[in-house]
Amino acid sequence: MTVSIQLEVNGKPVQAEVEPRRLLVHFLREDLGLTGANIGCETSLCGACTILVDGNAVKSCTMLAAQADGAAVTTIEGLARNGELHPLQDGFWEKHGLQCGYCTPGMILSANYLLEQNPSPSDEEIREGLKGNICRCTGYHNIVEAVKYAAERMS
Amino acid sequence: MYPAQFDYRRAGSVDEALGLLQEHEDAKLMAGGHSLIPMMKLRLAQPPVVIDIGRLDELKGISEAGGGVRVGALTTHADIAASDILAASCPVLAEAAGHIGDAQVRNRGTIGGNIAHADPGSDLPPVLVLLGASVHLQSPSGARSVAAADFFQDLLMTDVGEDEILTHVDVPAQSAGAGAAYLKFEHPASGYAVVGAAASVTVQHGRCTAAGLVIGGVGAVPTAVDVSSLVGADLSDDAIATAASGLDTEDPLGDIFASGDYRVHVGKVYGKRALAAARDRA
Repeated sequence: MTVSIQLEVNGKPVQAEVEPRRLLVHFLREDLGLTGANIGCETSLCGACTILVDGNAVKSCTMLAAQADGAAVTTIEGLARNGELHPLQDGFWEKHGLQCGYCTPGMILSANYLLEQNPSPSDEEIREGLKGNICRCTGYHNIVEAVKYAAERMS
Repeated sequence: MYPAQFDYRRAGSVDEALGLLQEHEDAKLMAGGHSLIPMMKLRLAQPPVVIDIGRLDELKGISEAGGGVRVGALTTHADIAASDILAASCPVLAEAAGHIGDAQVRNRGTIGGNIAHADPGSDLPPVLVLLGASVHLQSPSGARSVAAADFFQDLLMTDVGEDEILTHVDVPAQSAGAGAAYLKFEHPASGYAVVGAAASVTVQHGRCTAAGLVIGGVGAVPTAVDVSSLVGADLSDDAIATAASGLDTEDPLGDIFASGDYRVHVGKVYGKRALAAARDRA
C-alpha cells in the first residue's frame, strides 16, 4: 500500500505517495533531493538528521513520512533568506563551529529550536539544548561559540 | 535501516482505533513512534499493521482532575517537562520527563508510548510507581484503571490487553510537606537510565511521616525499596544511606555496559542521593 501525504517543506507545498515504512529522512533526501539532513546513527541518538516539524526539532530518522502528513517541515536548505545565511549558519562559519560538517545541519536546526525557546541561553543551556546532537570533530567548544554569536545577532 | 513492510492506518478517534485493533490481528498502536520505530528498524518488531493514533487530540494534554493531575497518553515529554500544572502539583514527574533522551526525543516521545513500551531503562516508570499513579485503559467493552505498580509486569511487558488503548495516566498531587526527586545515572550514548532513582519524603512538624523509593534500571520492572525505617527518624544522611541500602533484586539486569551487581550498587548510591534531595525539598 501507499499513503497519500501533503506537507509543506521549506515553505513549498509537497504532495506524494509514500510507502508506509518510508522514513521522513529518506523521503527528504531521496524523494525531494534535500540532502542536508544527514543519516548518521539511524537509532535516534546522533542528531545528524534533525529537522523542524511544525517548529519542533525532531529526528527525521525516527519518524515516518506518513506521520508528517499536514506538517510544516524546515530543513537546513530552508534557513537562508534571499541568499543571506541565517545567523546560525553565519555563526558556524565565523566561529569555526564545524570541521567535517556532517553534524552541522542537525546542530543548526537544534540550535534554532533552542533559540526559539530561549533567545539568550547560557553556555550550559546551549550544551543541554544540543545534547541530542553528536559531533566527533570539534569538541563542541566552537559550536557553543557559534550559537552564542547567533543568539546575539538574533536578539 | 528501515522497517519491514506494514500497512498503515490512521485513526480519527479512540473508538476508530479500537475498531482497527479488533479488525487487524497483531496490529501495533503508534503514538510518537519513538519506542516503536526503533524496534521496527531493528526488526525486533514487525507488525503487519500500524495504527497511527498520534493525532487523537482527545488523548493529549495535562489537566487538574480530582485532586490530582491527568496526563493524556499522547502528551509529549516536552509538554510534561514544561507543564505549569505539574510544576505546581507534581514537579518530580516534570523533572523526570525533562531528563528523557534529548530535546528532539522529548518533542516526539509520549508518556503513553513510553510506559506501554516499558523499557527498564525508561525514566517515567519508577516515578509513576513512586507516586502511586494509575494507568487508564480502554477497550470495546469498557474502561479500567490499574495501579502503576501492577501495570509493569516484566521486561517490555505491561498489563495492556490486545484490545486495549492506554488513554491517560492519573497522578496524585504531592501532599503538603512532601518533597520528591528523580536522579539518574545516564548511559552516555543512549541517554537511557542505567539506573534511575525516584524518591519522596514527607515531613510534618519536623518529623518524617512518609518516605518512598523506587529504582529503575536494576530489575525488569521498577523496584520498590522498603524505606519505612525513615518514618519517625531524623532523616540524617546515615539513616538515609541505611534505608537506600535495602535495595534488593534477586536477578538484576546486566549488560556489556553495566553488570547486575554494579547496577545494584549504583542503585543504592543514587537511591541515597535521591532521598537526600527529596528531604531537602520537603
